Amino acid sequence: MDKFTRLEGLVAPLDRNNVDTDAIIPKQFLKSIKRSGFGPNAFDEWRYMDIGEPGQDATHRPKNPNFVLNQSRYQGSEVLLTRANFGCGSSREHAPWALLDFGFKAIVAESFADIFFNNCYKNGIVPIVLPATEIEALFKQVEATPGYKLVVDLQAQAVIRPDGYGIQFQIDAFRKECLINGWDDIGLTLRHAEKIREFEEKRRINQPWLFS
Amino acid sequence: MSKTLYDKLWDNHVVHVEPDGTALLYIDRHLVHEVTSPQAFEGLKLAGRKPWRVSSIVSTPDHNTPTDHWDEGIKDPISRQQVETLDANIREVGALAYFPFKDQRMGILHVVGPENGATLPGMTVVCGDSHTSTHGAFACLAHGIGTSEVEHVLATQCLLQKKSKTMLVAVEGRLGKGVTGKDVALAIIGTIGTAGGTGYAIEFGGSAIRGLSMEGRMTLCNMAIEGGARMGFVAVDDKTIEYLRGRPFSPKGEVWDNAVAYWRTLQSDTGAQFDRVVTLKAEDIRPQVTWGTSPEMVVAIDANVPDPAKQSDPVKREGMERALQYMGLNPNTPMNQISIDKVFIGSCTNSRIEDLREAASVLKGRHIAPSVKLALAVPGSGLVKRQAEAEGLDKVFLAAGFEWREPGCSMCLAMNADRLEPGERCASTSNRNFEGRQGPGGRTHLLSPAMAAAAAIAGRFAMSCVTSSQH
Repeated sequence: MDKFTRLEGLVAPLDRNNVDTDAIIPKQFLKSIKRSGFGPNAFDEWRYMDIGEPGQDATHRPKNPNFVLNQSRYQGSEVLLTRANFGCGSSREHAPWALLDFGFKAIVAESFADIFFNNCYKNGIVPIVLPATEIEALFKQVEATPGYKLVVDLQAQAVIRPDGYGIQFQIDAFRKECLINGWDDIGLTLRHAEKIREFEEKRRINQPWLFS
Repeated sequence: MSKTLYDKLWDNHVVHVEPDGTALLYIDRHLVHEVTSPQAFEGLKLAGRKPWRVSSIVSTPDHNTPTDHWDEGIKDPISRQQVETLDANIREVGALAYFPFKDQRMGILHVVGPENGATLPGMTVVCGDSHTSTHGAFACLAHGIGTSEVEHVLATQCLLQKKSKTMLVAVEGRLGKGVTGKDVALAIIGTIGTAGGTGYAIEFGGSAIRGLSMEGRMTLCNMAIEGGARMGFVAVDDKTIEYLRGRPFSPKGEVWDNAVAYWRTLQSDTGAQFDRVVTLKAEDIRPQVTWGTSPEMVVAIDANVPDPAKQSDPVKREGMERALQYMGLNPNTPMNQISIDKVFIGSCTNSRIEDLREAASVLKGRHIAPSVKLALAVPGSGLVKRQAEAEGLDKVFLAAGFEWREPGCSMCLAMNADRLEPGERCASTSNRNFEGRQGPGGRTHLLSPAMAAAAAIAGRFAMSCVTSSQH
């Protein structure tokens, strides 16, 4: 996993509540057995006018001009700004894989669905929760200002607007440390292998029905 | 100090705690299907790691498998590759149980686990599938995880977790005739909203929940995630224990007795405090149908499609307008005047024997409306299918004009050939009515099996005349 410390990125606004994982990456693309290559199919049904199929070359597909991410001013964006309950629905990690492959490294929202929120951290994407009033103000600024960029300073736990106004956000200390260092969770957990083994042995004696 | 059921389940699995409260939780049961596991097995192999405890694994392919013409195998080469990859991975690492494509006990994982006694009270149960919350019906700490976490569980038998807040959803009183676990689930989501449970572990309690069968409780816990909660659970009672007695992986003899003694402690103590309590009156819950593109967009069958003009929040109003446009519906239309094209009875929410019995009791001696293009009955597993056939339910479905299919996830998410065409409207017993969920451009209305059967007969949403009741 890549380390995340500070990002200054172009912001794309997706002004909807409840963006679900079926919308982020439709089911037909879940048939892949790889972790990469989902970017061209991120938001497939909103982004294209035709029906997408796995394995197809997306470069010549008809794009929906009304979909915000297709607008030229948002090309190359790295920060996604959205509303409440982003990433609701299924546990598919293909959703953060698709967003990362598309280019997003941070997502700023009023709230996130739990499983998606967790999946972001495992892939080095920073999901940032801000109060509704701040989100509303950001939407207004982004729409009014072509080339609008935000700074995400993870160390300082702050989102900084171009006008210098900084907004603090919360993040668990453990998750922050993992992102900043690009740590592999499994490696970290296996440092406790002996403890896990002891726990398991006790369990096997006390609750043997769990091990049949 | 009084503990909630969640506290008890949590405390029983903590291996280690980081200074910020992030805990390492031990995982008892790992359910594995073909869609969310290939990258995890690959990652494990690339890192040169071995699975920690393969006897925790129960696996079956379910999302990609066809529900008809099994003799022809899996025609879609990409789907086939995913299923064959699962076959190869399990062959290599092993499992407590693997039910491959076409096996007699194959089916939807969340049906297969409980019916085989592989889901036992007090377990932590995880799967790369958000509907793992289903297993909470057995007082399990059960939730969906991403593929990185699938790999983490394979490698370490643990997960890194922060403790959730607790919510008690109490449904008190007696449910009316024809009101099922599905209606309770939808009514709860309609009350708390699709993000109402975010950050919470929900305990479902109250006399109406205790009155539900294990199947009804599974339906309810299955949909906890549609209310935003990764997990929902119900305390152990006699029904839990009787359901598990004699199942293939249930303990036997003295071990069973010891297990039961422990399982009976799996309830919230009197006076236990919850972070939030929501109470519903069972008598107020009418049969439910969704009208929009989020499970919270739900009304009673005798209500009308809501009017966005009456919504004051502009973001919500726009969401309603977009949903109505996608669904091809006008505000204030009575729900029972909306006609349908297809009917789907199945999915991890509603494909168990009780669901099929309820639908069949509505269909018996009747036939689907001529305007209904396709009506599918897809049992949740091979065992459910055989049980239904032993009871003659297949004949009821077939005589009514339904297709009687092989088990699998099927048209719940349309990863196989069962799907809606653009613009088609479906009465579906599944769990998500998101845009494109059942096929690009498809329009999904969620409801109970009895209500789906009634819609099939009428060709539009209609009140079911259920002849059997769950009480």
